[in-house]
Amino acid sequence: MKNSGNILLCGVGGQGILLASELIAFALLASGMDAKKSEVHGMAQRGGSVEAHLRYGKKVYSPLIEPGTADVLIALETMEAMRYLPYLHQGSTVIINTQKIMPPAVATGKTEYPADIISELKKRGLKVIPIDGFEIARKAGNVKAANVSLVGALSSILPIPEKTFIKVINDKIPARFLEANLEVFRAGRKAAKGNEGLKM
Amino acid sequence: MTQQESSPETLWLSGNEALALGAHEATVKVASGYPGTPSTEILENLTGYDNVYTEWAPNEKVGLEVAIGASFAGVRALATMKHVGLNVAADPLFTASYTGVRGGLVIIVADDPTMHSSQNEQDSRNYAWAAKLPMLEPSDPAEAKEYLKQAYEISEEFDTPVLLRSCTRVAHVKGIVASGPITASKVTPGIEKMPAKFVMLPANARQRRLAVAERMEKLALMADHSSLNTIEWGDKKRGIIAAGTSYLYAKEAFPEASFLKLGLVNPLPQSLIKEFASKVKELIVIEDLDPFLETQIKAMGIKCHGKDMIPAIGELTTAVVRTGVSGKAGKTDFAPVELVPRPPNMCAGCPHRGLFYNLNRLKVFVSGDIGCYTLGFLPPLSAMDSCVCMGASIGVAHGMAKALGDEGKGKIVAVLGDSTFIHSGITGLINTVYNKDYSTVIILDNRITAMTGHQPNPASGSTLMGEPANSINFEELCRAIGVKHVRTVNPQNIKETHDALKEEIERDEPSVVITRFPCVLIPEEKKRKKIPLHSNTDNCTGCTACLRIGCPAIHWEPLTAEEVAARGGKKAQKGISRIDEVMCVGCGLCKQLCKFDAIVDGEEKS
Ligand code: SF4
Ligand code: SF4
Repeated sequence: MKNSGNILLCGVGGQGILLASELIAFALLASGMDAKKSEVHGMAQRGGSVEAHLRYGKKVYSPLIEPGTADVLIALETMEAMRYLPYLHQGSTVIINTQKIMPPAVATGKTEYPADIISELKKRGLKVIPIDGFEIARKAGNVKAANVSLVGALSSILPIPEKTFIKVINDKIPARFLEANLEVFRAGRKAAKGNEGLKM
Repeated sequence: MTQQESSPETLWLSGNEALALGAHEATVKVASGYPGTPSTEILENLTGYDNVYTEWAPNEKVGLEVAIGASFAGVRALATMKHVGLNVAADPLFTASYTGVRGGLVIIVADDPTMHSSQNEQDSRNYAWAAKLPMLEPSDPAEAKEYLKQAYEISEEFDTPVLLRSCTRVAHVKGIVASGPITASKVTPGIEKMPAKFVMLPANARQRRLAVAERMEKLALMADHSSLNTIEWGDKKRGIIAAGTSYLYAKEAFPEASFLKLGLVNPLPQSLIKEFASKVKELIVIEDLDPFLETQIKAMGIKCHGKDMIPAIGELTTAVVRTGVSGKAGKTDFAPVELVPRPPNMCAGCPHRGLFYNLNRLKVFVSGDIGCYTLGFLPPLSAMDSCVCMGASIGVAHGMAKALGDEGKGKIVAVLGDSTFIHSGITGLINTVYNKDYSTVIILDNRITAMTGHQPNPASGSTLMGEPANSINFEELCRAIGVKHVRTVNPQNIKETHDALKEEIERDEPSVVITRFPCVLIPEEKKRKKIPLHSNTDNCTGCTACLRIGCPAIHWEPLTAEEVAARGGKKAQKGISRIDEVMCVGCGLCKQLCKFDAIVDGEEKS
């Protein structure tokens, strides 16, 4: 594991970006690292585009990731991944939920949702791990848990033991949602494992 | 949640959580404020500790006045607010500077550079300067907690309220924070009559004015030796003076440079700054927003760079600092891509949607206000024409009515939420009645302060500490103010709302329409069983009427000409609308707009 890194999470307000980033942060902290996480509340959360910056290392100063320095982008919504491209560098990994949420202008038929996002990302030489988070979560019986499938996918490329993540999920998720979330986590991890050569 | 006093614990806290812990460790007894992003969670977290009274005040001015009272009674007191809230509280703030304190008094003010969730960008350091008050500025959660505790020590030692400046990237950043010992106040609680200090009539105030001047001099001397201001020697070719988050970005961009990190940003440590400046070749002041430090440092006769390199608009980042100082933009591998914007939107089932749909149809000028409903400005609802500050909607509508006279009749309404009405709308409504115009004021009563995350207010029926409370009866209140025409409608019923609005807007006298329906996100509403509606797409003609309410749970599905022909649609049809049953909460609004029975009641699922 690199002893420092930047993980950017993006998605749409209400998708559970804060919980996802929290689970990852706790897994990092459990490995003895300093970490800082930055997010924005308020108006931005009402279904708008949201992001969370997570940085770890021996000592972290700035809570914000500089453009061109995110090692992993976790996109909870497909199109949102494209919005954060300038934060990535050659060699970054993009873990992307294939679920689409229509922005108002698309929902009302004013414009169209961009096509082929995943191939656009691949064309730029990025390592892309597509995850059908919604389907995984639906199968587990909790459609709101799609966010955790992406944490599962990330866990397969961060050299933190799986059991560290499982423990964090056990600590953080309320008992009545725990089973479904663990199932979603494992399914996300398994789905990502199929992709070779993705070690950070 | 009470901390163990002896063994420090390592915690992962947001700046706001850390400030709550700091208040607890500093033994704050009374805390009051008004919710405002990014300051809101300080009081919410403080409520989780024992031995502290917390409350939401109707506005920031009242919140500060409560804290001043508690301080006069000899206990440590806290007021919290966002930057624009400090404008509301400015009146008591300037006089509290004169009275000084008994128990320690700290005002936490959270700035929002870049306006992530604010109507303007203002630098609260100017208030510290103008009100002649010390101000501390932490850079991350760990410092936020430590600085708050020090602020209470300074407050009691120097007999002064203390401002603590937070910002979005302290409040909503999470980092590692160590719990610490409890540091109690040395002041004894109780009533002490000290009229010369507490009664600010001119004769006393003139005396206190001198005490303020003396205090600021003492603080400036303290600043030179305080551990709040520290020099970190590095390469002396470049010396950087910075405070708060600006320090973090500068440190990251130029780790090799020498730093003077200021924890106390008012008053400044003059000798320390002179010493630092004399030992470095090039001096750069790195600060967000106004040239607050730079102007004072230049006035000391010291040459430095500042706003010639660092932007005065928007929040700083490492990249902005690096580019500003070195003149070179950082390299990026990927250029940004033009994408459909994704602005925030009112939630599926939001009770404000039906009202704004109607206002849009009525083609009136909507004098708006601050809250979730400000989003009524966005298309397709596009029904808000102005928005100035909390509570301003009513005054703005009144001013327009007075300016336009008969010309504006039936064309102007003011809208504001329940919490905003209580915050500072009531006085505006009193003015409308007293100074007679014909405005219609619409109170969007969703029973909660929604935008900041669902804080209770005096109409909600519970307090911040979770006790049941009186719930204001707006109808009776408005009548008591002198509004003769007050009516309440269910905004989820489009026709009922339309008819009521039409009648009230055309009146020659002031009127109030209360649209009452709970926010979908309050706990009781979340628990209520919701049965999503269902799209009977066979019936859909693609008329798009349902799309005009902008519900995030309905979207348009384009169809090719062949597909339309295959389903027997008219030639002009371009697609169909479809309800996302995961998102839909079954509010029924869209169903009222569909003339073709293409939206039908869904089935209850277990
Ligand atoms: S659902 Fe009804 S209102 Fe909406 S497009 Fe179809 S026919 Fe028109
Ligand atoms: S019933 Fe219609 S308007 Fe209401 S939440 Fe569902 S889709 Fe949206």
